[in-house]
Amino acid sequence: MTEADISLVDWSRAQFALTAMYHWIFVPLTLGLAFIVAIMETIYVRTGNEEWKRLTKFWMTLFGINFAIGVATGIILEFEFGTNWSNYSWLVGDIFGAPLAVEGIMAFFLESTFIAVMFFGWNKVSKKFHLVSTWLVAIGSNLSALWILVANGWMQSPVGMRFNPDTARSEMENFWDVLFSPVAINKFLHTISSGYVVGSLFVVGISAWYILKGRHILFAKRSMIIAAIFGLISSIFIALTGDGSAYQVGKVQPMKLAAMEGLYEGEEGTDLVVFGIMNGGKQITPDKEKQKENDDYLFAIKIPKMLSLLTARDANAFVPGINDLLYGNEEYGIESTESKMAKGKIAIKALYDYKEAKKNGDLVAAEDYRKTLEENYSYFGYGFFETPEEAVPPINLTFYSFHIMVGLGFFFIGFLMLIIWLNLKNKIEKQKLILRLAVPTIFLGYLASMLGWIVAEVGRQPWAIQDILPVKMATSHISTSSVQITFWLFAALFTVLLIAEVSIMLRQIKIGPKEGGQ
Amino acid sequence: MFETLSHLALQQYWWVIISLLGAILAFLMFVQGGQTLLYQIGKTEDQRTMMVNSLGKKWELTFTTLVTFGGAFFASFPLFYSTSFGGAYWVWMLILFGFIIQAVSYEYRKKQSNVFGAKTFETFLFINGLLATVLIGAAISTFFTGSAFSVNDFNQSRWEEPGYGLEAALNIQNLSFGLAVFFLTRVTGSLFFLLTINEETVIKNSVKQIKINAVPFVIFFLLFVGLLLSSEGYAVNPDTKLVSLEAGKYLNNFLEMPLVLAFFLIGVLMVLFGIFVAAYKGKTKAFWIVSPGVILVVFSLFLIAGFNNTSFYPSSFDLQSSLTIENSSSSHYTLTAMSYVSLFIPFVIAYIWVVWKALTKKKIDKQELDEGELKY
Repeated sequence: MTEADISLVDWSRAQFALTAMYHWIFVPLTLGLAFIVAIMETIYVRTGNEEWKRLTKFWMTLFGINFAIGVATGIILEFEFGTNWSNYSWLVGDIFGAPLAVEGIMAFFLESTFIAVMFFGWNKVSKKFHLVSTWLVAIGSNLSALWILVANGWMQSPVGMRFNPDTARSEMENFWDVLFSPVAINKFLHTISSGYVVGSLFVVGISAWYILKGRHILFAKRSMIIAAIFGLISSIFIALTGDGSAYQVGKVQPMKLAAMEGLYEGEEGTDLVVFGIMNGGKQITPDKEKQKENDDYLFAIKIPKMLSLLTARDANAFVPGINDLLYGNEEYGIESTESKMAKGKIAIKALYDYKEAKKNGDLVAAEDYRKTLEENYSYFGYGFFETPEEAVPPINLTFYSFHIMVGLGFFFIGFLMLIIWLNLKNKIEKQKLILRLAVPTIFLGYLASMLGWIVAEVGRQPWAIQDILPVKMATSHISTSSVQITFWLFAALFTVLLIAEVSIMLRQIKIGPKEGGQ
Repeated sequence: MFETLSHLALQQYWWVIISLLGAILAFLMFVQGGQTLLYQIGKTEDQRTMMVNSLGKKWELTFTTLVTFGGAFFASFPLFYSTSFGGAYWVWMLILFGFIIQAVSYEYRKKQSNVFGAKTFETFLFINGLLATVLIGAAISTFFTGSAFSVNDFNQSRWEEPGYGLEAALNIQNLSFGLAVFFLTRVTGSLFFLLTINEETVIKNSVKQIKINAVPFVIFFLLFVGLLLSSEGYAVNPDTKLVSLEAGKYLNNFLEMPLVLAFFLIGVLMVLFGIFVAAYKGKTKAFWIVSPGVILVVFSLFLIAGFNNTSFYPSSFDLQSSLTIENSSSSHYTLTAMSYVSLFIPFVIAYIWVVWKALTKKKIDKQELDEGELKY
């Protein structure tokens, strides 16, 4: 097994990050707006009020503009696992391929078939058939999110599998363990509900803009109240699933949790940092004295013992810090990364020895090596490290992304409550400041959603698959220059398409619902 | 149900599914062929708009089939996925770039403030039509001609040509299949316009394009078939699993699997007959004769590539690195789990069919256009 040139690894990561983040600009809105449109159309079908049809068609037009570019940016991701991460694709294809195939068979066809009815079927099929199609598109979009997030969840917490030395890959042992892994379920629920909030803030923001301009007031108020209620329920749900996610991170990715909290030295009854500025002078070091030289934060507002409570459901529990995880902590039974590296190297050597023994027909020796490999397999990825410090993700980026995301999440709950209250009291039109704030809040929704992915993906570095495969072992064997060229091609192409999308979207918003948005 | 099947039986079952998906993809690429004809068939803006809307109801099906084809290949034969996508990098990237620009073009072409103008998006559609057909065709043809890659003891693959897949287009057999697919999809695209649009010029020009494109299609297809049947193929010894070159391997596969040969011949006849009745007998529904023919032909080609002890993704660099349905597949457990998922496929086809019928029961015409019923 050969390690790839580091610049190839970096460019491959950069390309995946670029394409994934462009894709994620559009997906949350698709997830959220699909349900909002479906709710509006349901009201139309139930009341027969043409105003609701007009409302539905307008938001559906914006949905279509966004959906198209979401599809365009999404196709590359499906194939990029192969084009840029071929070692990864083989090592875990037996498990990871299945959710992608299921996604295609069970979700993408649902979306792509019924979206044609949504847009072409108004006068071709019955009202009920059309409504069912709109709901199926919403369900299809969310189902496709389920499968890809199950796949991602598995990378964060590889369960339901066993390594087969003959094929040199991990093989699935239990499909249900993969599908119902607590990490995957939390990730799915947390991510889709973030999409619902983005969709809601989008509708609230645009509706606020109409009210500010004195246009389509009734239309805007109706849209706003539907979206705000949907958004509030979703944002409360996000807080709950966020708690579930953090709990799982604490269990299966303690290093990520330490980075999220900027926690260098663990302690019992750890405080939760609500707001903080990291101390740049803080060092990662095995020297116990030096570890204590600087505080983790220059400034921090903390809730006492809350981190212990949230991550271990016990206010006095010990939460390990980065230094504990790297250099070990005997008192709390935490193994050092160096020890894990040694076991990982034993596992890798056992794999080579197994192959050799098999080639020589020495089945008894092969069986011994297989056992050794199996005993040490959970540390396999550590065997590729040269220094323990490789196990540490970028701390500052993870810490700030996490805290800004959480802060925004709580802001959305308060903001949407206020919007609902003002609407119910029929005072929203007079609240110019709130309406003005609603417009840029759209972008805060996108920001929070994007930061969530940074926490999830940057925070789990250096792993492609937690503890099993570091990214430096996962790439394809291609030239760095090829990846550099495609990186810039993607950057240019997606930027051009984004410019067209934003321009069309703004134009349709300006035209407004009167003309049906066309 | 599937648990009791042998690993080989599951591998064969999944090769049939992959073959079927590949065949359906080839059929659905009438969308790509149609996209390359917007200016040859449509002479006015209105006519082109009708054509774009006719294809616009279906483009996502083709797109989704491609994605599912990729996903299913990944799940069932992951070594192919990692070897081909991670090696023939540039071929797949160019194909994907074509699909990226296609995906926005229907929606954005006629929208106000689309920055680049309708023509740019129509050009995007043409580029997708050209790249997808020629390059997917050439890539599939490498199932017979081989590619330069190696696979080590740990099943990690490496491409051994600096062109990272582009070299495939320089092989005459690959190129002739790519061009045959390109011209065939222009024929099926024209047939689809005949089926779905009621406008005089579009009908007249579609018939004309069927005649024009059928000729190069037949020439390139015959060239490909001639080279295929006369060439050496990559045979697998069923006992030792060693791969060797065998003269007339693909001809032998047809002869040793007469049902597959029958699929191929019936498919070819249906394609030719459908083209004839559309071009010379004024039949507007010939799409439904040619399309099943396309499915049968492509299905049979996939089957002779993978069945009868044949390597479906051979390595011309190192014969023993060649991929077979046995050495490149997922585990018994995964194939079993995926086989249960495959039971959803008939259900998916059924609802696609219901929606297809509902949306195309009335042809697109000028009246529909004038009433503003067309989305794109």
